[in-house]
Amino acid sequence: MGRAVAVIGTGQTRHGRRNDVSYPDLVREAVRMALEDAGITPKDIEGVVSGTMPSMMEGISDTHLYFAEALCEVGKPVLKVESCGSTGQSIAHCGFYWVASGMADLVLVVGMEKMFEGDGQATMSTVADPWFLKPFSAGAPGVFTMQAMEWMHRFNIPEDKAHEAAAFISVTHHDSALDNPYAHIKIKIGMDEAKNAPIITYPVRLLDVCPTSDGACAVILASEEMAKKIGRKPAWIRGLGFRGEEFFYGESNKSIWPSATEAAKHAYEQAGIRDPLKELDVAEIYNPFTYQEMIFYECFGFCPRGKAPDYVLEGKFNRTGELPCDPSGGVLCTNPIGASGLIRLAEATLQVTGKAGARQIEGAELALSHAMGGIDQFNGVTIVGAKL
Amino acid sequence: MADEKPKEKPREMKAQVTVPYEMAMGRNWHRFFENLKEERIMGTKCGKCSRVFIPPRSFCPRCFEDNEEWVEIGQEGTIETWCYSNLMFYGQTLKPPFIAVQVHLDGTDVGLQHRIAGFDLSDFEKVRELVKSGGRVRVVWNKEKKGNIFDIDYFELIPE
Repeated sequence: MGRAVAVIGTGQTRHGRRNDVSYPDLVREAVRMALEDAGITPKDIEGVVSGTMPSMMEGISDTHLYFAEALCEVGKPVLKVESCGSTGQSIAHCGFYWVASGMADLVLVVGMEKMFEGDGQATMSTVADPWFLKPFSAGAPGVFTMQAMEWMHRFNIPEDKAHEAAAFISVTHHDSALDNPYAHIKIKIGMDEAKNAPIITYPVRLLDVCPTSDGACAVILASEEMAKKIGRKPAWIRGLGFRGEEFFYGESNKSIWPSATEAAKHAYEQAGIRDPLKELDVAEIYNPFTYQEMIFYECFGFCPRGKAPDYVLEGKFNRTGELPCDPSGGVLCTNPIGASGLIRLAEATLQVTGKAGARQIEGAELALSHAMGGIDQFNGVTIVGAKL
Repeated sequence: MADEKPKEKPREMKAQVTVPYEMAMGRNWHRFFENLKEERIMGTKCGKCSRVFIPPRSFCPRCFEDNEEWVEIGQEGTIETWCYSNLMFYGQTLKPPFIAVQVHLDGTDVGLQHRIAGFDLSDFEKVRELVKSGGRVRVVWNKEKKGNIFDIDYFELIPE
């Protein structure tokens, strides 16, 4: 894995509709907070990695040019990395490689999105080719519904049970978001409300779906020597995995999702994790859709294939359960996409450093963070721990 | 006054980016669409792993070998998964409601995205009774051929 790498600072904006600030000012909000959290200044940063969704999301291309000052880039080496929804994990991995290689001791990683400024579904459909996929696109809900239907069919999961478990995830995540000061959607909902919400793309209902959000997240990565010199309590990166699949959706089996399964397996091998359900203390999963969250539980080895709805309804993944998932409320309640995957790492860091406030999982020492991107094409996982 | 706190909320400005494209489809897509005009569905086959692809890949995504062999594919297949959409976003091709489907055409090793139609889609509960993963479908050709994916107008359900 190269040199040891620590997360020594995190910063997040208040997420939601942020037309009170320009896009560069929004980015700076997250960067300034991360610098303060790490106790460093812009001149200490040796390199910058940033990432977003496709540029059509906000109408300005290659935003690392536009954000040069907000990202403290002037006079420094700069990289931009994009992988659609998994951008947040891709940029974290890129920053990790930079520090682990020995080429830098302090790297700033920033993900951002201002989704209210454009048209999210129209932008996302531009990742599809114009000949075969785009003509049948029903936006992100269409893709995730196809996946959910395939999964239920493959494992003979009764629709009623999946529906009940999806509603349960929606209720518990919305509850958790109430304890997260940065979360976008803060509403108290009940099971009946979640189960009877309007249908978007059957069986996916309104409360099974993430919002579009404006927001940014910054993370500061440091070498072991630098982390010790700075002296803040760090989260150590213990393992990471990233896998891609074929471009055409129909060429791989999304009900068992090889990229999600293999990305987690790779990260577990590095972190020495054999039984993730027992060994992990908390997980921050990229879950724009409740049904997809359940597929991730299975791919990440939290439960057997086809059994996620049972585990969910038993409360295994609640904040008081065996493996609390998304105590931040997750992507389901906050989704500035280019930032979302990095927010998962920031939240995992807050958990293992004991700084997660009202959403803290008591005694958390080992946490999984994750993001998914494209038409179910990419998955990235990063595991952080309180100990090196 | 420079230090006066603004009373108004900062304004937003309308903007639009429009860019026309001429996208090269390459030999394989070209040949595929020319065959659709003749009501033939052609796929390519990997000489190494023997998988048959539709869309017809010019090379095998897993073996990285050229797919030199073309094979004619059946016009019936099995529904792998589907989605009923009542959603409309900017630039969407199909008007809601529509049924997107991933169909495993006979003689192929992958799923193809298309749509199911040919009956009243306005009532979802009725649609749900008719459309099932694992069910069989067949191609309905468009009378007017344009050399694009809609030369296959839609897939119709084959009654059990």
